[in-house]
Amino acid sequence: MSGYQRRTKDQLAARVAQDIFDGAVVNLGIGQPTLVANHLPPGREVILHSENGILGMGPAPSAGREDYDLINAGKQPVTLLPGGAYFHHADSFAMMRGGHIDICVLGAFQVSATGDLANWSTGEAGAIPAVGGAMDLATGAKQTWVMMDLLTKQGASKLVERCTYPLTGLACVRRVYTDLATFECTPQGLKLIDTVDGLARAELERLVGLPLAA
Amino acid sequence: MIDKIAHSVADALAGTPDGATVLIGGFGTAGIPGELIDGLIAQGAKDLTVVNNNAGNGDTGLAALLAAGRVRKIICSFPRQADSQVFDALYRAGRIELELVPQGNLAERIRAAGAGIGAFFCPTGFGTELAGNRETRVIDGRPYVLEYPIHGDLALIKAERGDRWGNLTYRKAARNFGPVMAMAAKKTVAGVHEIAELGMLDPEAIVTPGIFVSRIVKIARTATQAGGFKEAA
Repeated sequence: MSGYQRRTKDQLAARVAQDIFDGAVVNLGIGQPTLVANHLPPGREVILHSENGILGMGPAPSAGREDYDLINAGKQPVTLLPGGAYFHHADSFAMMRGGHIDICVLGAFQVSATGDLANWSTGEAGAIPAVGGAMDLATGAKQTWVMMDLLTKQGASKLVERCTYPLTGLACVRRVYTDLATFECTPQGLKLIDTVDGLARAELERLVGLPLAA
Repeated sequence: MIDKIAHSVADALAGTPDGATVLIGGFGTAGIPGELIDGLIAQGAKDLTVVNNNAGNGDTGLAALLAAGRVRKIICSFPRQADSQVFDALYRAGRIELELVPQGNLAERIRAAGAGIGAFFCPTGFGTELAGNRETRVIDGRPYVLEYPIHGDLALIKAERGDRWGNLTYRKAARNFGPVMAMAAKKTVAGVHEIAELGMLDPEAIVTPGIFVSRIVKIARTATQAGGFKEAA
């Protein structure tokens, strides 16, 4: 049996945060990626972008101080840091598409070894589709990172040779941070960056089902 | 004399024809022109195409317009939400058409309409099912999809302050789609919380110049959990 422990959600967020450099402009996707903001190492100045027209987004306000004209992409009340700015939606997405955002962190259903991303739809019959800003972010940021559990609840790898769910973008993911290991997607396939303590490469390759270059 | 101030929402929305394409601003709780949407329900235009980031929440505002059976088609990026039951039911019953557009493409297609652009090549969505069968092109080694503008017959937006020339300022993230929607419609109606005397808005701070605005109407500031400004306790 395994002698390793999965990263908790907070440990995973901290692992992602460790790679965000001083001065970066970062967009954190809705859901799990928003946790990354709580783990940015002290001393690094990072500017958070929110797709609804905010740069320099700060943490949630204290109870009773909510302003519903100041919300994040997940529609929760936030604050503005000194130096922050507001702008309209077309400018906000120009920041993404124009390559002005350094890093975006997104969740995913599947990522292919070469960085194709599927994170907006499971293609399930009868489901109501919704895409939001996922395609714009995935395609536009200088680096797109994914954070997710490596395996589905059924034990299947979410890192795949080819995505079976509808695509969000082609060859757009640079790095994948998971509860078991960190990977880089390259045109030649997956490269292993790190694993949790006690997880052997051979065991990880067996779980992923794909070759991992060093 | 130029005076774009309407004395009531009904006055501002009079004459909206059936079949109109209506651009409606707002994102989440911020910048939703709720009073103008209520006015459109009262005005009675039907068979509308509505453009908004979402497809209505709860049972007020856009959701109420949908529930009243006035909307034939919605163009949006994120219809499915925890409280989008009105849209969900209409969609599942086949009673509303949905055009799903990535959020940035939605904003840029609206901006393009306002800026007189015939179409533009955009990288977002290339290789996905949302690119449909539209023309693609590789420019400098990067693939793009041809995207067409979204013109409105009417835009309903919310701003903070306005004057009789139609100049507007916004408040915080309530700005969102307002400035681009104002540009893209034949007629733009802005609800504002304050009407300023001409010359009292700082020209350096005007976000939407009055050239893009047809009518402004004063809307009371309301304290609400669900939308808009929450009064300090």
